Amino acid sequence: MSFTFVLGALIILTVGGFYLGRSRSLASAGGTASRLHSRPHYYGYFVALWCGIPTLLILGAWTVFQTPIVEMIVQSNLPERMLEGDPAQMSLIMNDIRNLASGNITSGEITPAVQAAADQYVSLLQTSGLAKFVLILVIGIAAIAYARGKIDPSLRARNQVEKTMMTILIVCSVIAILTTIGIVMSLVFESYRFFEKVSPVEFLFGLEWSPQTALRSDQVGASGAFGAIPLFVGTLLISFVAMCVAGPIGLLSAIYMAEYAPSKVRGAVKPLLEILAGIPTVVYGFFAALTVAPFLRDQGTFLGLDISSESALAAGLVMGIMIIPFVSSLSDDVINAVPQSLREGSYGLGATKSETIKRVILPAALPGIVGSFMLAISRAIGETMIVVMAAGLGANLTANPLEAVTTVTVQIVTLLVGDQEFDSAKTLAAFALGLVLFCVTLCLNIIAMAVVNKYREQYD
Amino acid sequence: MGEVDMSNKVEVTAPMASADAARETKFHTRGVQVFYGEKQALFDVDLDIYENEVTALIGPSGCGKSTYLRTLNRMNDTIDICRVKGKIELDGTDVYSDKIDVVHLRARVGMVFQKPNPFPKSIYENIAYGPRIHGIATGKEEIDQIVEESLIKASLWEEVKDRLDEPGTGLSGGQQQRLCIARAIAVQPEVILMDEPCSALDPIATARIEELIDELRDNFTIVIVTHSMQQAARVSQRTAFFHLGDLVEVGETGKIFTTPQDQRTQDYITGRFG
Repeated sequence: MSFTFVLGALIILTVGGFYLGRSRSLASAGGTASRLHSRPHYYGYFVALWCGIPTLLILGAWTVFQTPIVEMIVQSNLPERMLEGDPAQMSLIMNDIRNLASGNITSGEITPAVQAAADQYVSLLQTSGLAKFVLILVIGIAAIAYARGKIDPSLRARNQVEKTMMTILIVCSVIAILTTIGIVMSLVFESYRFFEKVSPVEFLFGLEWSPQTALRSDQVGASGAFGAIPLFVGTLLISFVAMCVAGPIGLLSAIYMAEYAPSKVRGAVKPLLEILAGIPTVVYGFFAALTVAPFLRDQGTFLGLDISSESALAAGLVMGIMIIPFVSSLSDDVINAVPQSLREGSYGLGATKSETIKRVILPAALPGIVGSFMLAISRAIGETMIVVMAAGLGANLTANPLEAVTTVTVQIVTLLVGDQEFDSAKTLAAFALGLVLFCVTLCLNIIAMAVVNKYREQYD
Repeated sequence: MGEVDMSNKVEVTAPMASADAARETKFHTRGVQVFYGEKQALFDVDLDIYENEVTALIGPSGCGKSTYLRTLNRMNDTIDICRVKGKIELDGTDVYSDKIDVVHLRARVGMVFQKPNPFPKSIYENIAYGPRIHGIATGKEEIDQIVEESLIKASLWEEVKDRLDEPGTGLSGGQQQRLCIARAIAVQPEVILMDEPCSALDPIATARIEELIDELRDNFTIVIVTHSMQQAARVSQRTAFFHLGDLVEVGETGKIFTTPQDQRTQDYITGRFG
């Protein structure tokens, strides 16, 4: 009994429950819907929910716990001598059994004991699947019968359905929140382990970043230095270059769209600009690495400047283009939200369009514009692909955008790419960097939200 | 058109600013037509606005009185689909000709709107805005003086003189509207257009604005659109009645309200429609 098959049966059962409930409610009211407490379809939902929720829960739980339980049974039935091995040996045997059951390649010769265990594994899974199907069918039908029996014109079906729906909504949002909390907690705990090895002061204020730790005590040049300042400076430098591009271009195009463009042009240009935000960042990445960076290097040679082929400038420029829509689209909305009466008031005093924009509209929209900039900056700081491909890996402590720098996100990627041991300071450093990044973007977002909200209060 | 004989002043009871024949024509408009896209909103309006008088434009909603008002300082220009035809002269110059720059026109013809719309700046900056953009005043002292004079003329000075740095949006509705009037005065216009300036205000604030309008008449020509016939009767010397895009009747306010020539005017002022 595959999962999909059972799910299909469950859906049919639930839909059937809906129609049963609806017709039952009408019958109980003698065919006149107005005698019912709720509209007939609420009675349908009432029965469907009674049938759907418990069976879905059982299906989910069964699917999750089925494999571990079956494996436990199989394992306990193995011959004594096979159980004596160490845990690693045991897990290898279990793996063989699983592979054999699903017809995959096994690690060695198949002993009769393993073959028998695999057969048992398959038959147990089949039994379990059948049992699951029968159980769900029985419970579903029983629930439908019970709920149908409760239907009566005075049953407050709508209230109960709405209450259940609200609970489902709450559960969904709680899942989202819990996931966030879980991610943050894992960051915090891993970072704590990192800070047991490297002091936070060294991490936050150290000037040298060289995360290679020695595998052998006599290894050369692998002492491991975890001063993250070069990474922070690199991140800020690239974000600064990006904002130098996105700030003016985004803001000025927002002003054009909101104040000057005819509505037809605006309707066409705004979605086009927003497409920029939809381009995958990896595409921006190779645009930066293959087109912009070599171009800059060649121009630099022409001008007598020494521009590294992986430069903060190239990464920043392309990242700036990527975040233009964040600035332009939000600023455009904010400028549009400035009441027309303010524009008329200014025109009525004989102000020109540009005077009105500079002296009335922009000051009035300023908090919102600042908010859009903040969101763009937090996006720039967290951006990874472009900098991985275009900014380089060298942790240079420099403010010169023509040199290669590295960012927090790039280092996280390089620290975690490949096979890792998850107890070395090198790997754990990624979590500490992630935590810092999370804190910075969180702060920026909170500030941006606060600023935008303050602005909203002003006009609503 | 129920054009009223202007020389007949027998029945006039309202205070007359210029009972003599020598009063100057400020706006001279003939055959004004306004279109919003395909829809015509005004049909051949002929109306003269006289200097140092309050002219009230009355009529039911959608009759074109606000549209007419907004042709006088070309505020209709801000609406893309709006077209204006006809002759609109300010002191003998067509306001829609190339000879007049719309920026200068609006400096000469100020406007106060239905809903108070102070800028989200301080009270001081609200007033200083106009003089600054027109270069009327440059030094701090000059601007200080203009701000004070304008607020005094708008009878707001006493209430706000100690808090000029506070935002204009923090004032009460009536104060905000007087701030907007002060803001308009600060540019030293010749004409002030008012588009239902009291419709968002309570009766006490309305009374203060009406008082103010009467005082301002000495220095400015005022055109006011109003829905309140009592207000038109109280503040204006001349009244024009619009209906469905036509100027039905214009004349001395007292006459319009006591002996209207046109049946539609009669019906409107007696409350039979509108």
